[in-house]
Amino acid sequence: MEATSLPAGTPTSQRVRKLVSDYGLILVLIALPAYYAISDLSSDGSLTRLGENLAAGISNGAIWALVAIGYTLVYGIVELINFAHGEVFMIGSFVSFAFFGTIGLTQGASATTLLFGLLLTLVVAMIASGTLNALIERVAYRPLRSAPKLAPLITAVGISFILQNVGLLWLGGSQHGIPDLINTQHTLVTVFGVTIENGDLLAVAVTVPLLMVMTTFISRSRLGKAMRATAQDPEAARLMGINVDTTISLTFLLGGMLAGAAGLIYALYQTTIWYFQGFTGGLIAFTAAVMGGIGNLRGAVLGGLIIGCIQQMSDNRIGTQWTPAVVFAYLVLIMVFKPSGLLGEQTRDAG
Amino acid sequence: MSVAASQSEKPATRRGVPSPTLPPWFEKLLVPVILVVAALLPFAVDSGGVFMQNCIQALAYTVMALGLNIVVGFAGLLDLGYVAFFAIGAYTAGWFGSGFFSRVGNGEGIHILTSGFAAKAPGIHVNFLLILVIAVILTAIAGVIIGLPTLRLRGDYIAIVTLAFGEIIGRIAVNGDAIKFDGQQLTAGKQGISPVDKIDLPGIEPFGLLELRPWYWFVLALVALVLFVNFRLRDSRLGRAWIALREDEIAAVAMGVPSVKTKLLAYATGAAFGGMSGAFLGSFLNTVNADQFQFYFSILILGMIILGGLGSIWGVVIGAITLSFINNYFIPEVINDVPSKLGFEFDMTQITFAIYGFLLVMMMILRPQGLLPERRHKMELAEQADTSDETLYTARA
Repeated sequence: MEATSLPAGTPTSQRVRKLVSDYGLILVLIALPAYYAISDLSSDGSLTRLGENLAAGISNGAIWALVAIGYTLVYGIVELINFAHGEVFMIGSFVSFAFFGTIGLTQGASATTLLFGLLLTLVVAMIASGTLNALIERVAYRPLRSAPKLAPLITAVGISFILQNVGLLWLGGSQHGIPDLINTQHTLVTVFGVTIENGDLLAVAVTVPLLMVMTTFISRSRLGKAMRATAQDPEAARLMGINVDTTISLTFLLGGMLAGAAGLIYALYQTTIWYFQGFTGGLIAFTAAVMGGIGNLRGAVLGGLIIGCIQQMSDNRIGTQWTPAVVFAYLVLIMVFKPSGLLGEQTRDAG
Repeated sequence: MSVAASQSEKPATRRGVPSPTLPPWFEKLLVPVILVVAALLPFAVDSGGVFMQNCIQALAYTVMALGLNIVVGFAGLLDLGYVAFFAIGAYTAGWFGSGFFSRVGNGEGIHILTSGFAAKAPGIHVNFLLILVIAVILTAIAGVIIGLPTLRLRGDYIAIVTLAFGEIIGRIAVNGDAIKFDGQQLTAGKQGISPVDKIDLPGIEPFGLLELRPWYWFVLALVALVLFVNFRLRDSRLGRAWIALREDEIAAVAMGVPSVKTKLLAYATGAAFGGMSGAFLGSFLNTVNADQFQFYFSILILGMIILGGLGSIWGVVIGAITLSFINNYFIPEVINDVPSKLGFEFDMTQITFAIYGFLLVMMMILRPQGLLPERRHKMELAEQADTSDETLYTARA
């Protein structure tokens, strides 16, 4: 009786729901480039403009990917949205600017000086941001680890305000132009009419090796193993003799270092920095992390690249002033269609 | 749990977190006393002064904080985009009570139940009481729209979605001067809609900007109304449903609490109070400016309810008044002079953000339960503090 009264297949409503949750997000993501591709083809007859958008989007997205990894690592291990992470990225930009001012890098420097100078700046920015992030964890999050989840989120916002104020006092309240060291707008090569500029090359050339080192570190090294174990089950990890506190500090250090590198690239790429870049940048990167599936490294990179492209298309065609709204609208759409993200698994919070 | 049992009988011997508790009769007696004292306050101070202005703002913020308390404190849905409702409420006052839509009615304007100057000026002019009603309706709808995508989500994800909505509304406010319908702008952007009609109640003269007492009594009446609604809601079936959802969603749903309806009602009610206060502030500040609607404001209101104690109505009132005075009076007026008196050339208003951030961090580390914690929340925090070693990570299991 009970067995026969059950419907044979899954009901249509459930199948539709499954379809929407599987493909809805992908459709939403394809909609924007597809629309612009059609409008480009009908008005110019070629896809050059869209290609330009996507090329710039990928280099831009590389920066967001680096920041997004910081969010994803931290969320994976302590389930906290590190609101101050965007500000750590901003401080990375500021430190880079201050440092290459100190060592006297100027636009006219020779290629070798520039290369070594920038490598040194990269190291300094990464160390500064990494240390800052680890310090934030020690001061603001560790004392609250047993408190309800709201508490560390609020301290994160508090720290983010403090750092924004540091940036405000450091370089003032408006966009601050910095020397264009790498001649970022200079066209390097042209592929099918799409120009690749110096800035694009720099972003990809710094990001790819860093990502490779990072993924190898997490998948191969002992400390990386400890990080993954802590993310999975902190208590069991502790019983296995892993020092959970150190591992969490290390995670913040790594995330901060990547944010510092992103800060340097952003400064060279955009040639303007300001105290508020961390807030908007942080939210964009967080959107990227969520889009890829938070807690998933590859997802963060994928999300970063996609968000970079969306951002470029919106900058170029809708208007720069609307870009944050467009990105946030995407964030909301992701939450509607697939809260667990493109590559992520379902978590307790994103059911 | 024996702590809770002994608490109702002998508050003096209670263990746990030391903090003042209010017996039920005390609360009932307190309401009229506080309201009467507050109503008499304007006779003791300069009726057009800065202090009066700060009091009015503090009370308007109290209305918002009580609204946000329903969403965050009662229902446990962390909303970081509350500024959206302030914006919508304020724009309602701007749209329906100013010369902004200067071309409606062939330049003659549309007037509904208005008197004095506003009854002849171009633009839409609607009586403020009607504006309040419109603001409540619009923000309640906005609250439901914001609530819908968060229904499947929990915790931090809700925070991010609401934040995103707040920012989107903020962006629309800033760039609204570029959105044109038939040549008519949607908002006036950073320039601001100004002047906005003063509150115009039937039977008395429209409020002026020099005599602030009527404003004060009006917003005090709003606070009283919102307090009443808050108390009634908290003790109602709906209030219990909110708290049940906050404590354990799965158990609440299993017990028959309709989660979708309950959550959406929390968003709508909380938003409606924000819109009410927003409309009032739009009229009182005499301008609706896109610069007012920033993320900072959402955190300010959230800080108020956390300072007071999540879910505790009296705590929220105290937190709202304290933080509002710190924000509008203490930082700009009191501390500001300190460096110059000590002989430094330094503008303290430059570090408002840092002071505020520092306060947030300190508050969370020293007293995460707030000044006057709600009993249920407090027990939770005290229990966790006792067994912190074992439950170090169980919160996320």
